[in-house]
Parts: sequence; structure tokens; C-alpha cells
Amino acid sequence: MTREIFNKELREVKDKLFQVTGDVRRNLKLSVRYLEKRDMTGAKMIVESDEIINLKVLEIEDLCLSIIATQQPVASDLRLLFSILQISTEIERIGDYAKGIARISLKIGSESLIRPLIDIPGMEQLAGQMLSDAITAFTEDNAVAAESISRRDARIDAMYNQVHRELLTFVMEKRSNINQTIMLDWVAHNLERVGDRVTNICERIIFTVTGNSVDLN
Amino acid sequence: MNKLETEAKGMSTQNYSLFYGGFKALNRISIQIPSNRITAFIGPSGCGKSSFLRSFNRMNDLIPGVTTEGKVCIDGRNVADEDVVQLRKKVGMVFQRPNPFPKSVFENVAYGPKLHGVKNRSDLAVVVEKSLKRAALWNEVKDDLHKSGMSLSGGQQQRLCIARAIAVEPEVILMDEPASALDPVATLKIEELMNELKANYTIAIVTHNMQQAARVSDYTAFMLTDENRAGNLIEFGTTKQIFTTPSDTRTEDYITGRFG
Repeated sequence: MTREIFNKELREVKDKLFQVTGDVRRNLKLSVRYLEKRDMTGAKMIVESDEIINLKVLEIEDLCLSIIATQQPVASDLRLLFSILQISTEIERIGDYAKGIARISLKIGSESLIRPLIDIPGMEQLAGQMLSDAITAFTEDNAVAAESISRRDARIDAMYNQVHRELLTFVMEKRSNINQTIMLDWVAHNLERVGDRVTNICERIIFTVTGNSVDLN
Repeated sequence: MNKLETEAKGMSTQNYSLFYGGFKALNRISIQIPSNRITAFIGPSGCGKSSFLRSFNRMNDLIPGVTTEGKVCIDGRNVADEDVVQLRKKVGMVFQRPNPFPKSVFENVAYGPKLHGVKNRSDLAVVVEKSLKRAALWNEVKDDLHKSGMSLSGGQQQRLCIARAIAVEPEVILMDEPASALDPVATLKIEELMNELKANYTIAIVTHNMQQAARVSDYTAFMLTDENRAGNLIEFGTTKQIFTTPSDTRTEDYITGRFG
């Protein structure tokens, strides 16, 4: 009695989560790159591909519900499925942040950037790496790593504060910068929120492994 | 209620072992079963769940060669020192297959009270009505209490057996797979009934159906045989804890179906 069918279904849903996380990670990276390079076609592609991400997340939800209904999971299996449902929602929201950045790119349009993107690409790199590492910790049931990954969010928060302050100085320098400044502040804010979402994912990993609900934010 | 009072009121065992001749079937089980709650005993076949349940009303005494060590207490009194007729008045039991007597519905329920001295017909009628109401069967049988108990459906027969058990005002109801012979609708009725009964009785249930244990019980005890095939209590906790975060990997393996 080793529950082969159940194990196969669990593997399938975990694989799907892993895949969609990869898609979101890529979109996040590209959203900032296209903003930097002023690539409108790329930005449009990101907005469109978010629909596919949403469908993939719905597919994960559907699969989880079906497993819960037909396999009646308990204990660590139940915690795992419960966490997959929550993590997939976090991933979907991170996808929305990438889409949001792409939309800002489109709004700025052909206008050239008032200044290089300062720490924004750095924030994306940190947040994106946090996301990749968190999903690895999830697949490895590594609660210790999850806790440590969540601590990197403080660095992203600090970078956001820095970017925010710098953007304010641009407005002070020249009032006509205000539109783009607000938009770039939104970009940085989206990336700051990615860090928070990944921290939530880390909380779910700790819950999956230990059964304890913790607040890392 | 302080801890001592709780212990004095409930069911408990201390280092309780049971032997069938030379074979040890239960190994030093200590447990405190909370009063007015439902406690489910789960575990694979042959782990001693039923033998353990039957220790509380000394039904194992009927099997030749059975000996025990340690204590089984109800309300702080060792069941071994109790008069067995009085003990079974205090501890009712419901079995896997409904076993009504080949008598009328009324006589089935009145049997116990009669045995314990209630002779007056109107007093008996009151007890029968009250018991059938508590067993959620009254509305279905009140128009013909004199039809045979055997003519009822399986689910109704099982509720009749519950009414028969509670007619003598027990403190404890032991249930040995009470719904395993019933269809899902009748099973649900029994489960709902158990939930109502726990206000007045302490219920211990043995079940192979883990979803049922999860649905109906407040506490769950997991039992497993050791290398000598003796039943051991592995883990006991609230049902929520056992089914979400069991402490022992053997419990986890069993309830997630990855056992053996």
C-alpha cells in the first residue's frame, strides 16, 4: 500500500507549480529588461502571456481540488496540497506584478527614461533569485532555507526606500519629471511586493514541513 | 473541574496488557479518555483496537484463557472489581452488525430497564420513548412500536441498538465499527447521532474508516502491533492534531496510506 496513483498526482501538481514559477520568473526578468531597453513589443508579449500564467494557476487549483476530493489527503499530504494552493496564488500575483511593470513600460511609451533605472534592475535580480530559491526550498522540503531566504526581503525593502528617495529628487530637480517618476516608483513598488510574496511562500514552506504557522513578514 | 476530578470521571487504563493464553495482544497501554467526548481508535487489522475497547466492559472475560495486567478504570474504579452486570449497565456497547433481539421495537428498548428492575409499563413507555428519541429513531417507529425490530432497515436497526444501549442510562457507549455494515446515508445518520449523544455520554469508537474517525471524533488514538504482534498505543491526541500534524512517523505513514 504505497499509493502510487496519489504519489503520481502529487508529482504532477508539483511539476506544474514548478513550471509556472519558471514562467513568472522569466516574465519578471524580461519586464524590467524591456523597460530598460524600451522594447514595446516585448512588453506587450508579457502582458499577453500573463493570461497563460493565470490559466496554468487555475489548472493547479483544479488539480488540487480533484486530489483532495478523490484521495482524501491528511497530515503532511494535506499540508502540502493546502500550501500548493496558496503558493500558486502568490505566484499568480507575482505574475501580475510583472504584467504591471510591462504595462508601465507601455505607458511610458517612446519617451526616453529620465535617468537610468538606478537600483530597479538590482531589485528585480534579488527578488527573482529569492523566488527561484524559495521554489527550490519547497521542492526539497527545506524549512531552514526558507527561513533564511525570507530574510533577504529586508534588503529589497531597503533598496526600494533608496529608489523612492532618489526618484523624489528627480521630481525636485524638474517638475515635468513627475509622471515618469510616479510610474518608476510603481515599478519599484511592484518589485518590493514580490519580496513580500516570496516571504509568504517561505511561510508556506515552513508550514508544509513542520506544521507550524509562522509570520516572517 | 481539576485534573484529578477529570480522571476520576473518565475512562482510563494504566499499563494495561491483555493476553490470549500465552499470546500478548495488548502491551502496557496507558490512556485517559476524555469524558463527554468521542474518542476514535484507529489502526490496522489485528492491532488490538477491538480487544482494547472490550476491556472497558469486560467482554474479553467471556473468552477462555484471557488474562490481564495493569488497570482499566471507569470513574476511578477498576472494572475488575465491579459487578459485571452493573458494569455493563454503565458501559453500553454497539456492534458492527446491528443485532436487535427478535422482539418488538418496544421490547428491544425495554429489555435493559426491565432487567434492572423497571416493571411498571408506563415507566417503561417513558424510557422507551426517551431512548428512541435520543437515538433519533422515534419519528420513524412511533406509529408501530410493536413491529419486530428485525423488520427495520439496517440503519434503523443500528439506531435501535443504540436506543437499547442508552435505555439503561449508561455513562459510556462503546462502538465497534458501528457503521461498517451501513450505506452512506445511514452512516451519516449514525455519525450525527454520535455527535448529539456526546453531550450525555462518553463515546469510544473503533473504526477502520479513517475519514469517519476524522469526521466524528474529538480525539484519536492510533494503535499498531510491535515486532511480537502485541498491540501498542502509538499516539493519542486531538483528532485535528493527529490528522494534520501527527508527531509519530508511524501515525503519519498509516493515516496517509503509506503504511507497510
